[in-house]
Amino acid sequence: MAKDDRIALFQQWFSDAIPHNKALGLKVIGVRQGFASMELGWREEFVGNPETGVLAGGPLTAMLDGCCGMAVATMLKKPEPFATLDLRIDYVRPADPGKPVIAEAECYRITRSVAFTRAVAHHGDAKDPIAAAAGTFMLGTKGKATRPAMADKK
Amino acid sequence: MSALLERLAEARKAGDVGRLAEAIPYARWMQIAPENGTGELLTRMRFHDELIGNTFLPAIHGGTLGAMLEMAAIFHLLWETETETVPKIVNITVDYLRSARPMDVIACAKVTKQGRRMVNVFAEAWQDDRSKPVATANAHFLVKSDADAPPSL
Repeated sequence: MAKDDRIALFQQWFSDAIPHNKALGLKVIGVRQGFASMELGWREEFVGNPETGVLAGGPLTAMLDGCCGMAVATMLKKPEPFATLDLRIDYVRPADPGKPVIAEAECYRITRSVAFTRAVAHHGDAKDPIAAAAGTFMLGTKGKATRPAMADKK
Repeated sequence: MSALLERLAEARKAGDVGRLAEAIPYARWMQIAPENGTGELLTRMRFHDELIGNTFLPAIHGGTLGAMLEMAAIFHLLWETETETVPKIVNITVDYLRSARPMDVIACAKVTKQGRRMVNVFAEAWQDDRSKPVATANAHFLVKSDADAPPSL
């Protein structure tokens, strides 16, 4: 599948079809096996402190959760539902007011039951992160797999 | 003094913790607000369709649960401790225990350890049955003013 088609497909699955990701306006900007990247535009309603314009932790949490989840989906051999088991976020420094945030997530290990991910959020330079995350996901949970199996569709 | 701390002083005078949420744009957008009608400080995230993360189950997005647990911890620190600065979150670990159904989520928080600069807070979220939490979190906050301190609030 061509890169742009893949991005369009994941945009559909991971942003347009997930109401909260859509509400955040998450844009899928990169996807390959084991890797996912998204962009969150700055909006007034994401602000935690109106005096500084610095983002609240919440939008970053939701974005990093979504991005780690998308990285898991790129590793599945067959479509199956999965759910976040835990998510740790280190808020390394404040986000710059007015700037979009980019998240990059990696699924570095997947077993029959659990997938392990890590992610960073930054303003364009991953070496100068705003937040770092580690998330684990439980595979084969209740529900229906609405997500693609990337490993099948190289 | 920050607008949030001014709001805190007003809220204390009126005895209505709900006013704290008005000073935080993200809390307003997410419909997350503290309440103390029962005498216990709780934080509620009102259900609305934009919270959904899984349309099939349907279930609330895990990120929003992490976000509301973080807000619950912040409201707790503002209201229940003698903080002179707005707490700054350093990190948070969220455990997801059950899928959250499309209804309000309620959370409470407690301080596990209060240090001079750092506070460790535990928060727990549930829906209709408090004995069945949907998610829990542990978070660290810096509570002493520090220009170099991390993020958000």
